[in-house]
Amino acid sequence: MMTPSDVIELLKQNHASSVLSAVAEGPYPHAVIKAEGLTTVAAFLKTQPRLRFDLLRCISAIDWPAKNNIELAYDLISTSLGHAFAVKVVLDRADPRVESVSTVWPAAEWHEREAFDLMGVEFLHHPDLRRILMPEDWPGHPLRKDYQDIVEYRGLKFNP
Amino acid sequence: MKEIELQYRHPPDLLHDGEIPSDIRTEELVLNMGPQHPSTHGVLRVVLQTDGELVLKATPYMGYLHRCAEKIAEKVSYRQFTPYTDRLDYLAAMNNNLGFALAVEKLGGIETPPRADYLRVIFAELNRIASHLMATGSYGLDMGAFTPLIYCFREREWVMDLFEAASGARLTYSYITIGGVREDVPPGWVGRCREFLDYFEPKITEYNNLLSFNHIFINRTGNVGICPPELAVAYGLTGPCVRGSGIPWDLRKATPYCRYDEFDFDIPVGRGENGAVGDCWDRYFVRVQEMVQSVRIIRQALDKLVEGPVQAKVPRMVKLPAGEVYCEVENPRGQLGFHLVSDGGTSPYRLKIRGPSFCNLSVLPVLAPNCLLADIAALLGSIDIVMGEVDR
Amino acid sequence: MALIEGIFEPGLVVTTVDWVLNWSRKRSIFPMTFGIACCAIEMIATGAARFDIDRFGSGAFRATPRQADLMIVAGTVTFKMAERLRRLWEQMAEPRYVIAMGACAISGGPYHLYGYHVVKGVDQVVPVDVYVPGCPPRPEALLEGIMRLQDKISTHTIAKS
Repeated sequence: MMTPSDVIELLKQNHASSVLSAVAEGPYPHAVIKAEGLTTVAAFLKTQPRLRFDLLRCISAIDWPAKNNIELAYDLISTSLGHAFAVKVVLDRADPRVESVSTVWPAAEWHEREAFDLMGVEFLHHPDLRRILMPEDWPGHPLRKDYQDIVEYRGLKFNP
Repeated sequence: MKEIELQYRHPPDLLHDGEIPSDIRTEELVLNMGPQHPSTHGVLRVVLQTDGELVLKATPYMGYLHRCAEKIAEKVSYRQFTPYTDRLDYLAAMNNNLGFALAVEKLGGIETPPRADYLRVIFAELNRIASHLMATGSYGLDMGAFTPLIYCFREREWVMDLFEAASGARLTYSYITIGGVREDVPPGWVGRCREFLDYFEPKITEYNNLLSFNHIFINRTGNVGICPPELAVAYGLTGPCVRGSGIPWDLRKATPYCRYDEFDFDIPVGRGENGAVGDCWDRYFVRVQEMVQSVRIIRQALDKLVEGPVQAKVPRMVKLPAGEVYCEVENPRGQLGFHLVSDGGTSPYRLKIRGPSFCNLSVLPVLAPNCLLADIAALLGSIDIVMGEVDR
Repeated sequence: MALIEGIFEPGLVVTTVDWVLNWSRKRSIFPMTFGIACCAIEMIATGAARFDIDRFGSGAFRATPRQADLMIVAGTVTFKMAERLRRLWEQMAEPRYVIAMGACAISGGPYHLYGYHVVKGVDQVVPVDVYVPGCPPRPEALLEGIMRLQDKISTHTIAKS
């Protein structure tokens, strides 16, 4: 089992150019990774024998209109070694796009679809990027902070 | 009996060899299953492309129960959100409450008193028993056996009586809150709980005799939907789905929370006793064995129950410091995760809920090809989804 | 039944025929399995052994709307589901009844204020006969709803009104 600071050490040794910042203490130890090399870092996290993060638990999209960016947090855990870690990617709010990690963790397919549906993040090279929870013709991305409620959907009034 | 010569239009030995006569035309059929369907465990739509009885492709469509829980979390306060966590996986409401309370307490640095922790474990495990009873009973119903459902509900009513005595509600309790549990159990409750455990343990043998080792059930679920362990972990499966594939991964042992490291229990895994490892029967039988382990844990917790307060001193309007946390608990269906981001206010800035059934369902399009049409019901029942969690 | 309904002038005494028809209809209301969310679990519990709905004649839950009399909308109706619900209601044969079970089906429930995808009450979509409040309502409450529906059915008449 490795502590978060060991994981960050290993990441910095092998992918120093991708790591923008890291937090080892506190309730949420994580490393902020550049959006460009995400798939390479993801493959490293999964296959490195001392890390072996094989279970992608969650991809959370967080909207920060004040900082004008959207953060994606990838929460990982290793079923063989038992340690957990998180990796974050910061995207521009006007045009949020990042590579898909579904080639590394197939579990990401549906999580990324949900991030696209509810937050509007575009995932490049995703096998099937379409809305998953909302209807296909729903306007807007509901979990954004500036989302406006609809007035009517296909004849049904929103506020009767 | 006299042997009768039957006149076939297409001689059967010709079809047996797989040689289809050239004048038969086959077509693929697109079949729509749901959203209203008795076997989909809620409002799930599955579009099946079939070649006769053989399923070639299954595409699930969800979102028919998307109730915007994550957006609501940004508008209401922390205490006001606890009833919404009940309704995520409504069959395991206590466990959902526990996950949310642990996330808030981890970020806020709130310590719970020991009596509250033991009560939390007792209620979480009782709800695990109730949830697995529902899963077992409805799985029997999907396979065509009506009696196990009635028997399982008979036991569930007893558990619901215990819950009603403690929290006041039968299904959505909001009992495990931030800082502990809402109120102490009434006098005599511990005795009734022990009575229930003594009554319930022999019933599991009854279910095994009735359903688990029934030849028809084994034929319908053994060797169906085999999920190899690497595939299970790659698709993010957790809970009985990944344990049914042979991996002993349980959050209560790997990263213990809420004093689970003080209890002595086993992790049942699938061993391929009635087919390959990781088939539907394995996933189902892991749930039955987990009920036995839950009874063990509850007995130990009842013995360890200490006197004392059941709630920490938490202000009525909970305010958390700015920061974020990701906290997971082991629900009956898998790992339920709460990614809580706070900006210092009275309601979460962002709450992302990782529903176990959402991730478990992602393996359906991978396991469905080359199943027969009736096996889709077996597959869905063994993955055991609850649409409140899939859609949130 | 539709052949003899509405052809008798009001004033013609049809009370015994009415009584027999209403009695047989209300004692065998077949519900359709339309459990959407948490209320569905209480609906199943109503069908189970302790709160047996079969003693009211309603124990035969039909999965297909063509063979059902009653649609118990148990759970939250969302915009995505509303279309399908209307289509299923239209496939039911008359006389058909709808019970709105639970706070979500009555008015949107706990999701009515901030839920962007929730229809505020199933009566926006289909006409409702009986409302059963609760979150979720106890099985006894659902049984009372069925009894109120039985009272409503006993007021029907085949004479022109």
